[in-house]
Amino acid sequence: MESSTSSPALNTAAPALPPAPRRSPLRWLAGFGFTGLLGLAVLLFWLLAAALGPWLLSHSSAGAGTSNVFAPISAAHWLGTDYLGRDMLALVIEGARYTVGVALLATLLASGTGTTLALLAAASGRWTDATLSRCLDTLTAIPSKMFALIMVAGFGSSVPMLVVTAAIIYVPGAFRIARSLAVNINALDYVTVARTRGEGTLYIMLREILPNIVGPMLADLGLRFVYIVLLLASLSFLGLGIQPPAADWGSLVRENIGALAMGGASVIVPALAIASLTIAVNLVIDNLPGRAARERGAR
Amino acid sequence: MGAPLTVEGLSICAGPTTLVDNLSFSVQPGEVLALIGESGSGKTTTALALMGHARHGCSISAGRVRIGDTDVLALDGRAQRALRGRTVAYIAQSAAASFNPSRTIMDQVVEPTVIHGLCRRAEAEAKAVQLFRELALPDPEGIGSRYPHQVSGGQLQRLMAAMALIADPDLVILDEPTTALDVTTQIEVLRAFRRVVRERRATAVYVSHDLAVVAQMADHILVLRNGGMREMNATGRILAAPADDYTKSLLAAARPAPRASGAAPDDGRELLLEVRQLSAGYGPVDAQGRPAKPILQDIDLKLYRGQAIGVIGESGSGKTTLARAVAGLLKPSSGSVLFHGRELKPTLQQRERDELRRIQIVFQMADTALNPSQTIERILARPLEFYKGLRGEPLRRRIRELLDLVKLPQTVAGRLPGGLSGGQKQRVNLARALAAEPDLILCDEVTSALDTVVGAAVLDLMAELRRELGVSYLFISHDLHTVRAVCDEIVVMQHGRKLAQVARADYDRGPHHPYYELLARSVPELRQGWLDDVDRAAAAAIAS
Repeated sequence: MESSTSSPALNTAAPALPPAPRRSPLRWLAGFGFTGLLGLAVLLFWLLAAALGPWLLSHSSAGAGTSNVFAPISAAHWLGTDYLGRDMLALVIEGARYTVGVALLATLLASGTGTTLALLAAASGRWTDATLSRCLDTLTAIPSKMFALIMVAGFGSSVPMLVVTAAIIYVPGAFRIARSLAVNINALDYVTVARTRGEGTLYIMLREILPNIVGPMLADLGLRFVYIVLLLASLSFLGLGIQPPAADWGSLVRENIGALAMGGASVIVPALAIASLTIAVNLVIDNLPGRAARERGAR
Repeated sequence: MGAPLTVEGLSICAGPTTLVDNLSFSVQPGEVLALIGESGSGKTTTALALMGHARHGCSISAGRVRIGDTDVLALDGRAQRALRGRTVAYIAQSAAASFNPSRTIMDQVVEPTVIHGLCRRAEAEAKAVQLFRELALPDPEGIGSRYPHQVSGGQLQRLMAAMALIADPDLVILDEPTTALDVTTQIEVLRAFRRVVRERRATAVYVSHDLAVVAQMADHILVLRNGGMREMNATGRILAAPADDYTKSLLAAARPAPRASGAAPDDGRELLLEVRQLSAGYGPVDAQGRPAKPILQDIDLKLYRGQAIGVIGESGSGKTTLARAVAGLLKPSSGSVLFHGRELKPTLQQRERDELRRIQIVFQMADTALNPSQTIERILARPLEFYKGLRGEPLRRRIRELLDLVKLPQTVAGRLPGGLSGGQKQRVNLARALAAEPDLILCDEVTSALDTVVGAAVLDLMAELRRELGVSYLFISHDLHTVRAVCDEIVVMQHGRKLAQVARADYDRGPHHPYYELLARSVPELRQGWLDDVDRAAAAAIAS
């Protein structure tokens, strides 16, 4: 009633619109807008750096330590050198493999698992919901660092192990948020209509509920990504994460913290790299094509 | 005593679209002007502009609003805030959403005087109690200490009126104050509003889409459409001799004509649905199998193929629960539901797909009944794929047929529900039910959320579909007018029990069950003085 008065332009007899044309990739890209494209460019840059970086670099950083510790930006070392005199540019690009690889993969795994379980909990009966919720609550109760310690002690430190550990630690949070969203959607009439039609749980999960919680869940994914980068950095600090001499960006910041007093580039550059990746991921998520239109439509 | 209100050349824009276009009118002190029109006509936008307020994204682009000697739109933000609640008071449609649930009613009712520093709290409370009494609220001394959830919807609406009137405003704006209420509650609230407005000689602007209600309240009526004024005249003139075509269509829609049923004669028809001694409720069941909160008790109902049965009652009477039990969404505690002579299983999971196909449900709020992230085409395609396994071209052809059937243009197929109007959404909602080719459609308040004109069009469509396709309806509503217009029989429900069943031929022949009579009497009639007649009749009944 009153909600429709706010958009009278839509209420007047429907203007004849052509049916939505097939999406071409270019049209889809145009939907991002300027800030979205900027985020996409930065994200693509880091992905390429992670994938191709080692081949592109003319010299390897391994064991290339010089006596020139914490050197400023120069022609020889574009981003200065670290506390062992290694080239920072090479370290950052190699670190991209770990940060983008491990953190992004773990985030996707955590949010994906959490959302799937949440949909299952919301769409199926009371018992499934209670069991899943209590199990994941138990997981929340274990301190994350302690849990990581146990995992590393049990299975040794390796990249796949880190991905799995970080994912497990962040599943309950994603589950909580997705479940509270999904339960609200589950109570709406269109889900009831689908149920009276005789639809199965999977259809209700994927077609009726998921598209309507995907917006907030993507925003949550952006946030969770930051947490995982921080977790990996702190794990490295404890000696449980990526093992030296390899280093992710979080470890690079920690290792070179001594340069902060002299204003060296070696501590700022990896920090900037983390910031740029985080902002890029969030910009892309906030500007996903169709999201704004969907939110307008939902109102 | 109210102040005169003058509006000159008021225009309100939202970006490039004009919501209200060059509107001019005036209201004499102590008179009531009604703004009437369908949703999107700019009624509420205009009403808010009288306080100098424009909703987010809108702006008042031109015009002047004068209340007494004050030019509202020329004031700055601070002066406008000082004006609101004191000189102009606003009564919103949904009192339930407008009260703060965590503070007592008295705290909120005296708030305008506190904010504007008009008088001491004790004086304000005494005045509030006086207003509660004038508004015929029960327990005027004690009701202020309750919380909003502890009083009924109709009482809350009157409490909101008390909040608006406590600062003795020069102008009162009532924005659809009775639209969300049952007919029997509406009549009490209307009566209270009218007495207060008359006794205080307040100037009032009454926003509504219901002509019959407006006829009881207003001295003048202004008919709005698409932000422009179509007609403005004294209430009697508008009702008796409308000049504008749109006003005529509004009047026609407000007097719903019975739609031809087209059903075969009574004998030899197939019994479609039979409800036997059905009881249902919510909460855990006790040893005897009775739920903790019983809603429905011993309902019997027979529905023949092609018939439309209306279920009517106030909110909380168990109408919707009946539909949910028939649909299999709620497990009955006792009794049975027979469909085509076969007993239906109590829950959805146990029913066969074909049984599910034959009973479809259409909900009241089209906003929540359509998935906002699926296009209309997807929404309509799903039941066709699911029940009939249609694919490719036959599927698209059937979708086009369905859109034609509910009289929607083909172009809506690619759009999302958010881009459709309320009436269009309700048509999609119907089309989705029809896609399953059901024998029975359970309609839960399908026109309640729609304007009179749009609602009438949907009712026409439903009557036509019934004639052409032979579907049956179980039509749930709190509006006797709508039910009488489309149904062959009316089942009256109160407190979860079936009180009476009235056939179409007997609608106007009594005597009926007293509760049915009360419901029938409470539906506002489209003539001036109807409320006075009701009051006189009630007084006479008490005197005799």
